[in-house]
Amino acid sequence: MPFIEEYQRIVALELEARKAITHRLLVCGASGCLSSGGDAVREALAAEVNARGLGREVQVKGVGCMGLCAAGPLVAVDPAGLLYQAVTPADAGDIVASLGSGPVTRLLCPTDTPFFTRQLKIVLENSGLIDPERIEDYVVSGGYQALIKVLTEMTPGEVIDQITRSGLRGRGGGGYPTGLKWTTVAKASGQVKYVICNADEGDPGAFMDRSVLESDPHRVLEGMALAGYAVGASHGYVYVRAEYPVAVRRLQTAIKQAKRLNLLGNAVLGTPYSFNVEVRLGAGAFVCGEETALMASIEGRQGTPRPRPPYPAEHGLWGCPTLINNVETFANVAWIVRRGGEAFAAIGSGKSRGTKVFALAGKIVNTGLIEVPMGTSLREIIEEIGGGVPEGRRCKAVQTGGPSGGCIPADHFDAPVDYESLRQLGSMMGSGGMIVMDDSSCMVDVARYFMDFCMTESCGKCVPCRVGTTHIHDLLARITAGKASEDDLRLLDELCELLQGTSLCGLGQSAPNPVLSTLRYFREEYAAHVGEHRCLAGACGATEEVTS
Amino acid sequence: MKPQVKIKTLSIDGRDIGAREDETILEVARENGIAIPTLCWLEGLSTVGACRLCMVEIEGSSRLLPACTTHVEEGMRIATDSERLRRYRRQIVELIFSERNHVCSVCVSNGHCELQSLAQALGIVRVHVPYRYPRLDVDASHPRFVVDHNRCILCTRCVRVCDEVEGAHTWDVSGRGVDARVITDLAQPWGASESCTGCGKCVHVCPTGALFEKGKSVAEMSKRRQFLPYLTLMREERR
Amino acid sequence: MSKPRLATLWLDGCSGCHMSLLDLDERLLELATKADFVFSPLVDVKEFPRDVDIALVEGAIGTDEDREKILKVRERSRLLVAFGDCAVTGNVPAMRNPHGTCCVLARAYHETVTESPQTPTENLPRLAERVCPIHEVVAVDLVIPGCPPPADVIHEVLTELVAGRMPDPARLSRFGQ
Repeated sequence: MPFIEEYQRIVALELEARKAITHRLLVCGASGCLSSGGDAVREALAAEVNARGLGREVQVKGVGCMGLCAAGPLVAVDPAGLLYQAVTPADAGDIVASLGSGPVTRLLCPTDTPFFTRQLKIVLENSGLIDPERIEDYVVSGGYQALIKVLTEMTPGEVIDQITRSGLRGRGGGGYPTGLKWTTVAKASGQVKYVICNADEGDPGAFMDRSVLESDPHRVLEGMALAGYAVGASHGYVYVRAEYPVAVRRLQTAIKQAKRLNLLGNAVLGTPYSFNVEVRLGAGAFVCGEETALMASIEGRQGTPRPRPPYPAEHGLWGCPTLINNVETFANVAWIVRRGGEAFAAIGSGKSRGTKVFALAGKIVNTGLIEVPMGTSLREIIEEIGGGVPEGRRCKAVQTGGPSGGCIPADHFDAPVDYESLRQLGSMMGSGGMIVMDDSSCMVDVARYFMDFCMTESCGKCVPCRVGTTHIHDLLARITAGKASEDDLRLLDELCELLQGTSLCGLGQSAPNPVLSTLRYFREEYAAHVGEHRCLAGACGATEEVTS
Repeated sequence: MKPQVKIKTLSIDGRDIGAREDETILEVARENGIAIPTLCWLEGLSTVGACRLCMVEIEGSSRLLPACTTHVEEGMRIATDSERLRRYRRQIVELIFSERNHVCSVCVSNGHCELQSLAQALGIVRVHVPYRYPRLDVDASHPRFVVDHNRCILCTRCVRVCDEVEGAHTWDVSGRGVDARVITDLAQPWGASESCTGCGKCVHVCPTGALFEKGKSVAEMSKRRQFLPYLTLMREERR
Repeated sequence: MSKPRLATLWLDGCSGCHMSLLDLDERLLELATKADFVFSPLVDVKEFPRDVDIALVEGAIGTDEDREKILKVRERSRLLVAFGDCAVTGNVPAMRNPHGTCCVLARAYHETVTESPQTPTENLPRLAERVCPIHEVVAVDLVIPGCPPPADVIHEVLTELVAGRMPDPARLSRFGQ
């Protein structure tokens, strides 16, 4: 097949070109490091290399996220295996001069720490190693091999079978078995079907999907193309927030590149399978991450959810059967197809298989992005990989699952991170945001913060969420101000129950979770605000400070 | 020839009932004289499931489902009334009362208002959540009609009747959450609307005093909705 | 057995509920045989007495004085009844809330007045920034909605209360009636 030969030619050319290179300087170009000046570092390094006439043997390369955002901008030196942290353009001279001799010790970032050694990367296997704006980089690291394999050797049923065997579950929050979802869409009757990638990541403190799209966009496209083949869809949409300009740009570049190599588009690799992908930008509404609201938005209507059933698998985009998965879910697919479902299923624990990407944020030393096997304990993630809370403070709780999740107190940190355990603790996996709080955080105020988010982001369609979130928010504000009564606490309980029981979509149904989980684990903080008008954490300004 | 419609048997509040498979729980309940409270639902318009008042319990499921959008299934055992459902319904109506400024005593629809009579039917005599008292506009720019946002409950009946029956799509919703408002055209004054045909259907489907005819004083605005099932029926026959 | 001690009071309202009470007409005489009216705007007593059994309060809480009064009434009454829509919901007096008290005063005493506009202050209670129904300030035992509640409803409620039974107002009256 001519297209496959073309693919192999590109791999060969790329490998040939690399032979001349003795050193590679990999500069992180994901949003975290870009915001701390990564771009300028890359330019300074390139200028330094050129000035020294090393342009042929030293390559300066913008790559995706290296994970340890807290220490950015990061520069990795290959093949020396060195990592430099907090690099400034002024360091360029020293770095280039040191190539081939000893490292620049003052910039060294230790890589033998748990942050690097305890991770297991599937979704992020290429992140920080390849240039996300070059399809050649992806292809050389095994990219699109899964697609070639599937189109030449496998039936759609076999693809779904591998996904089912892998035990992969939706990484967007719900944890619905991916294989089952694909089967339903595959079996749904309809000439036209769609595949949608949900990249409307909106949880405060969450940046997993953003990072994957910025670091390895082809991986997501390949996953979508595999899904399209498996369920019988020839058109896909990536619904991504307009607030992620770098991700959007790299995604659009990737789509163009893949089409040029006929890895996407009509008659993919000369086979009868066609798969076209378009990017749709979200206008910044959190609720558009809800699948029915997301589809309404793609259709050009107001982004509000509708009752389910019917589910998108039967009645989705423009009434056609539609497969919706999140970025991270699609990012696992090619790996599973390449290595087989069993290899994936061998990782993880219980009913949660594979790995999960988490964004560590809040009061934690190693702010950044990590990927660990499912079932890793919260303690290992936060205290070992994350380095715990900064000096002098005590870790109090972690919020997982964003505004739909809950706060888990530090004495439950031995719980394994999997879908079921987190749910039992009153939280949820969510998309993977973890916000760590120390003892200076007031848990009532934390609940108020998340309710403020839910109130602002409520679409306003159904009454319980539209009005209920404002009342719950106002009650929490009264409590933090030390002006609430026992009756207010009772009303708070009642409203939380109402929202859980009657809201139209997941946003409203789960909006009370931060309140309910803090009530469950930190009721004494609520009681102190109400009964004694004081904040145990000393955080709420309007109440009397706790004086020791 | 119409395709054959299957018949499902189910029970509502302990009564065994037969229903066509394309019917919703709400339709079947109404046919059988079982009242389920609603506000956003109106016969002849599409269903949105927004007010959440028609939530019912289905045996074997912990989730409540809206009767207006849920289709019947074989063997379904439905409860339309329970202490929990009554409590939720009261709370939802109280939330609506607290959201905007529903001053029944000086409202054009006093005595003819679906929200008011629903409150009475549910035994609501006081609202337990604090009133929000938002400052809202009254748009009287249209020569014949007025929209008073103080009384609007965002049921979107006006939006749907204008789009689905009149075909003008003058009305829509702008904004999010409690800041959501029904708007005419692109949030222009109703009187300046170029798409409005002045048919008045929106006024008559409005459950409260949010939309009313000019010249009507307190308690004088009663709505006539007979046209809607009639129009729907006639159109179906033509098809 | 002594007769129940009955009191009525008006706060921020229009006194319409009391007019409706007067519409009981001859039934008031019958009621007077079963209960003692110990305090009312219609009775010449200045201080709200102690040991009141049933207190009917019309009107919303609109001033500092209303707030003081309702606290005293609550303290001195066994059963407090929010009487009419203003007491129950805030109703018409609360319509100033979205605009703010200052704006409403300016409109009433300055913007629409041509001859020496001034806000009256002497011997008047200060208007609260926010009008609220009674239950937001004190616990309420029974509410009778209505603007005003019809005389028949008042009659039934009072007859039941005086006889020591708790009526169900939801069956009798509604907002705005």
